[in-house]
Formats: sequence, C-alpha cells, structure tokens
Amino acid sequence: MILRLSNRACVLSGSTRFKSTLSTYFDETGKAGIILKSASAGIYENLALEDWIHDHVDLQNRSVLLLWRNSPVVVIGRHQNPWQECNLPLMRRLGIPLARRRSGGGTVFHDFGNINMTFFTSKKKYDRPRNLKVVTSALKALRPDLDVAATDRFDILLNGHYKISGTAAKIGRSSSYHHCTLLCSVDRSVLSSVLKSNASEAIKSNATPSVPSPVKNLADVDPTLDSDTIMEAIASWYNNEFGFDSPVITVDPTHEALMPGIHKMTQDIQMWEWIYGKTPKFSVCTSLVIDDVDVKLDMDIKNGTVEQCALEIPEDWLPPEMVKELTSTLHGSRYCPEEAAVLVAAFMRTRSLTADVAEKIHRLCEGVLSVM
Amino acid sequence: MAAVITVRAPFAFMGRLVSSRLHKHCCSKVQAACLVYRPHSYSLIVGQQHRFFRTSYVAARPILSFKLSDIGEGIMEVTVKEWYVKEGDKVSQFDSICEVQSDKASVTITSRYDGIIRKLYYDVDSIALVGKPLVDIETDAGQVEGPQEDVVETPAISQEEHTHQEIKGHKTQATPAVRRLAMENNIKLSEVVATGKDGRILKEDILNFIARQTGAILPPAPFQEICPPPPASVAPSTPAVKPREKTTPPSIPTPVIPKPVFTGKDRTEPIKGFQKAMVKTMSAALKIPHFGYKDEVDLSQLVRLRSELKGLAESRGVKLSYMPFFIKAASLGLLHFPILNSSLDENCTNITYKAAHNIGLAMDTNQGLLVPNVKNVQMLSVFEIAVELNRLQTLGTSGQLGTVDLTGGTFTLSNIGSIGGTYAKPVILPPEVAIGALGKIQVLPRFNHKDEVVKAHIMNVSWSADHRIIDGATMCRFSNLWRSYLENPASMVLDLK
Repeated sequence: MILRLSNRACVLSGSTRFKSTLSTYFDETGKAGIILKSASAGIYENLALEDWIHDHVDLQNRSVLLLWRNSPVVVIGRHQNPWQECNLPLMRRLGIPLARRRSGGGTVFHDFGNINMTFFTSKKKYDRPRNLKVVTSALKALRPDLDVAATDRFDILLNGHYKISGTAAKIGRSSSYHHCTLLCSVDRSVLSSVLKSNASEAIKSNATPSVPSPVKNLADVDPTLDSDTIMEAIASWYNNEFGFDSPVITVDPTHEALMPGIHKMTQDIQMWEWIYGKTPKFSVCTSLVIDDVDVKLDMDIKNGTVEQCALEIPEDWLPPEMVKELTSTLHGSRYCPEEAAVLVAAFMRTRSLTADVAEKIHRLCEGVLSVM
Repeated sequence: MAAVITVRAPFAFMGRLVSSRLHKHCCSKVQAACLVYRPHSYSLIVGQQHRFFRTSYVAARPILSFKLSDIGEGIMEVTVKEWYVKEGDKVSQFDSICEVQSDKASVTITSRYDGIIRKLYYDVDSIALVGKPLVDIETDAGQVEGPQEDVVETPAISQEEHTHQEIKGHKTQATPAVRRLAMENNIKLSEVVATGKDGRILKEDILNFIARQTGAILPPAPFQEICPPPPASVAPSTPAVKPREKTTPPSIPTPVIPKPVFTGKDRTEPIKGFQKAMVKTMSAALKIPHFGYKDEVDLSQLVRLRSELKGLAESRGVKLSYMPFFIKAASLGLLHFPILNSSLDENCTNITYKAAHNIGLAMDTNQGLLVPNVKNVQMLSVFEIAVELNRLQTLGTSGQLGTVDLTGGTFTLSNIGSIGGTYAKPVILPPEVAIGALGKIQVLPRFNHKDEVVKAHIMNVSWSADHRIIDGATMCRFSNLWRSYLENPASMVLDLK
C-alpha cells in the first residue's frame, strides 16, 4: 500500500490490497500517533475526510493530526446563519463557494494561504490548550522572536492583538476532534469583504454569531514564513509534544476503496439541505425603497425555506390581491434568489400584466432578492 | 402511577359507561393501557349480578431519565441547538438525540438506551445543565439503568456477553437485544456482516446470517421438518431421514432460496421551488390548443461556416455554438411572420404583436428547467447573440439569473438535441404562441441535386404553435424561411439587419 517512503513522507494508495481500509492500515502499523496530510484542496472532500476519520478510525488508543488547505471558500459553523455571516451575493459573483462544517464556532475564510489542522483524539484525551501549544511552540521554534500566544477563547494572537488562528471542535460519543486555522498568507482584502454580510441588520436569529477580530498574516511580519515550512514544523512539534514518531502521510480523500463511504459523505456535505437548510429558524424584517415607494418586507424562514412572507405595499402602487398572490407564490420556496426568481417568473407568465405593472414587479423582486 | 378504580357493574349498560369514564381518568403519563375492560366478556353474562375484576396493567415499562453527562474541560452548561428526536419517537442505543454547543465545541449526544422518547426537557436555544435530566426514555423492562457516566465503551448491560469479539481492533456495536439473539444462536458477532450505521450489527444482519447458514429462514422447529435437512446435520439424523428418502425421488434437495423481502417504501414530498414553477407554467399551457409541425434541415453549410468562425469568436473571448445562428434566423423569419411573435389576451379578443424579438432559450440546470431569454434579437448580430448566450449560461450555472432575464420572452427555442433526441413535441410557454425544439445533428446520407449520395448534417426541428391564431400554412412558411437561411447561410447576409 505504501508507494514510497522518503524524507519522512509517504503516499498511501490502496490499489493492491482492496480489503484494507485506512483504519485497518493504522491498526496494522500499531502507531500511537499518526500525521496525515490531505492531497485535495476541495473543501467538501476535506470535510468529508475529517468526518470519515472521526467515524471510522479507532481513536481510543491513537491520536491523529490532519493537515489540510483549501482553495478559496467560506466555512460557517454548525449552527450559524450564512446570510448573517457573509456576503452571499459577492461570493456568488466571485465564484467562492460556501460550506458548513460539523463543528461549532464561527465563520472563517480559507484559501491556500491558510493552514487547517485537525487534532483527533478520544473523548478522554480532548485537550485544546495542549493542541494549541503544539502550534505556538512550532512557530516559536521557527522564529524565536515571534510573539504568538493562545488565549482562553482558544484563539492564537500575534503581537497580543491580531488573530491568526481560530478554533472549533466536535465531540461525539467516544471520540472528538479539535480543528483550527492558521493565517499564513491569506488574501485579506477578499477575506474582509466576503465575511461582511450585506443583510445582517435585517435578520433576527438565534444562530451562533461570529465574533469579528482584526487579523494579520504571519507572512506580514516575516515574509520568509510559508505554509509548507510551517506545516512541517507543526508536524514535528506534534511528534515532540505527544511523544510520537509518525511521518507525514499524504491521503487522497477521493479514494473510495481506501475509505469506504467517503464518497457519499462528500456528496452529503454539499447538499443545499445541509449548507443552507440547517440554518436555525430566523426572520427577515426590512424596508426597501423602490421607485420612491416604501415597501416593508417580513419573512420567516425555517430550514432555509420561506414559511411565511408578507409585503406591505401602498395600495395605489400595486393592487393588493396581486401582492397577496405574489407572496403566496414565495411560500415554500427556498430562501435562494435563483429559486425565488424562477417562481416569480412563472407567476408573471401565467398572469396577463400590463407593461408598467410588470416593471414594478421586476423592481420589487430585485429588492426582495437582494437580501437573499 | 396507575389509575386504579374498582367497579361493581351488574348491567352491560353500566359497564360501558364505566369504561368511558375510566379512559378519561387515566393519567397520561402511564402509557400502557391503564384499565382493560372487555365488554364482550361481560355481555355473555348479562342480567346476572357479577363482580368484575379489573385487569390493571400498571406501568411495567420503566421510564429512565437520561442525564446530560460531563462533556469535559469542566463545562457545566451547554446550549441545546437541535433536537433529532421528538416525544414519541423510537430510539435505539447510540442513535443521535440532540446537538448541543458549548464554547465552540459542537457535541452530539447519543442515546444510552433503546426505547421511546417520552419527554424533552429543553427547547432549542435553551441552556442545559450538565448532570441534570435531558430526556426521559421509556425502556423495555429488561434494560438496566446503566452507570451515570455517558458510556464510552460497550455498556455495562452487555458485559456478560464477551462475545463482543473485536473486529480488527474495533469493538462490535450491537444493541443488547441483538447480542442476546446472537448468543442464543451461538453466533460470533465478528462473523456477522454489519449493515447498520457506524458498522453497527442490526437484528436483520443476525437473521440474514442465520438464513445463510441453514439455508432456511427461522422461525423454529415445526418448519424444519418440512424443509430439507441442512448438510451439517445429515449424519446424526440418518435413521429419521431414511424412511423419508424412500418416498422422495433420489435427487439433490432443491435449494430453498429465502424469498427476498422488498422493504422499499413510497416517498411523498411536497412540490416546491423549480418544480412548482414548472407545474404552474405547464398547467397554464394546457389551455392552448397546440398543433405540431416537423421538418428536416440540412446544416452541412452551416457546419462549415461555424468551424471557420469558431476560432475568430474565441479570439474575441466568446464560445460560438450553433444556437446564435438558429436564434438569428428565427428573428429574421419573425420579421416576415410577426403573428408568431405575438400574444393572445385572456379572453381571446385581442392579439398583441410584440415589437421586440425576445427569444427564449430552454436551459437545463441541475435544479431543473430554466428559460432565460435574449432581448431584442432583431437588433443584435450573431456575435452579439453569442455573447449574450454565454452570459446567460454563466449566470444559469451559478444560480444568479434574475427575474428580468427569466421574463419577457416572446418566442422560444429549445435545444434538446444537445442532450439527445430527434423529434419532440414542445409545450408552448405562455404568454407566447409558438415554440421550436431542435433535435440532434446527425450525419446521414442524402441525395444532392446531381443525384449523388453525399454526406449531410441533418437536424430535425419540431414546432408547436397556438392553433387559435396560427394556422398550419403560416407555420410551414415560417419554417421554410428559417430553414432556407440555415441551409444557405449566405442568404442571411442579404437580409441581415
């Protein structure tokens, strides 16, 4: 199964021994600590890999560290509201996808300048401060002058002020994982623009809010620090801290034979019902100004679907029966501009409308869709 | 707590009255039948004085309070974020009950028992305290309340069955009921194929294992006499077998294949979103009397033209397909047959001839059918149409199409041939009056004007039109004109506006 072993790194490929899976391979090596690195930059594949390891690898007597990076993506926490946390219209325009992870915590932006680390342990050995100590020790070993320290909120601050790492965790029945980010050379202008919601004032919700903090890249203070160097340092400090001696093993999260069931996990985590549909119940209440007319919009959204929609529009601008029909069209629609647009288009097709009424409805819908 | 009422009821009438009152008195907490009164048995002895005995069935099923166990790191309270069960749901051990959050950690709480959920102690978003009850579960009498610690390894209940063999280092997961079944049948859990979640062994897995072993499906003894004896037990039971063998023909016992049990269930979902839009539009389209008209178009010259122009378009950053040509040709045709670009009002009293040619394009996305349209094709060049098409396609795939792009169409073309098919019967999208469906381009032999067989690129087009205002001849002439532009693209140059 191991193709080559060089410089403490090796690549796994399950082509010849189909009976073996990743977890049996670990059991056979008998090591107490294992370091993995994902070969993929796809967020959904990597999140599925995390879930697979959590569900299938025996973590009672073993700990695992997984290192991974992704192409640009925004990741929200398990119980968060994406409309409140990030600028979805901007993300659609820039082609930046959204993902929801299974652990709690706040919203983060990933790109190749960000390192993700997941520490898998049994529930008994769950110890976040110790894991963060691995990271800060690794950084200090590379650059002794670096002022990095973990806080009691499990963030890591640079120079006592700038956040360079955030933490989240997931605790299951008998095992747990703690993962955190590390900003090395992330595109900060994109980060700040996508993480600023365009509609947060309109939203009333009990979802976990993110706590915004000023951020900085490690590369800003020392341009010679790059992701690969840092990942290597973290891997060796992980071995140091816990007394392991694992090489860094690269794993391909699309390899179904090696990790049976991972393909389905990858599909599940991309579904609309998970990413948007798992948002806790919330309501939207806002005023729009369309053609100098004040329109009040009230919507209740549950499971990402519009349960209730009300539009307060002056009667002389649009006939009330039409407004009522329009709002009932939106009932049961996903809180998603594409679906709402299709439903409104069908509504307009099946009614004979004069040109100016049609125009008004267009502009009204544009306003309503802008908050989605 | 059981409601216990003794009644002396000499008359049938009294008996029935009593039973209805008793049901009202029954306490809701006691889920088992509180008092069972059988009117039938009473009616046999009507008229006689009879003391009747209650058969009270006081809650033999214990209700256990499942307390929220220690999460670790000294956390004393968590927020309940989502319930996966509700009161009355049946749960098995290890099923997820709820998701709680504490300090950036999301924790899945799983059930310690098999049973039925009887009470949820918290609402979503309330604070739950560690060590206090989280849910009440009504369990079978056999289950013992386990230790108060959230069970990490196999639960205390099944400790006597050290047939929890380890499959490659993992302890096998199975509920106590399943383990009992395995033990009764002398089955090693490690040999059973698990089909449950997280590799859990279910009761069905044990039954399947047994079925495979014996070649017969349980249940017990009476059946086994009818089925042929399993190979393993032939030797000891030979004396019993012999007399039977004399009568039955000496052949291999016919294999008894366990009848596959179909466990699929129908699934009903409400219609919403894209499907709802399609239902609405197509139901309105039903009111239009459609007629169809099909024809064949020889695109050989167009194929040559496009391959010449493709490179030029790409150098301008645009992907050029055949659609811009089809759309432009349709617009040129509509100039001569404006009735195909019109709309009929609801009472069928007026026709509105639309000035703009907003030609819709049926687009297949992973959510369903979208029909955005290119506005004012009469003013656009083929290249400009290609640019618009690219823009609409990009927006369509990224889910950004707005109402302006999706409404206002006056005529539609559907390129179903890009997926497959030759002929179609497209449905007109109201408030339009005509639509065309384009089949795939096939390479077929045809006769040319010299009576020679040549290779031709043939595409079939299927038109549908509203027969209330459009007749067959109009559709036919429009189609001929459209066809002539495409069969001889040079003629388009003459009429280009």
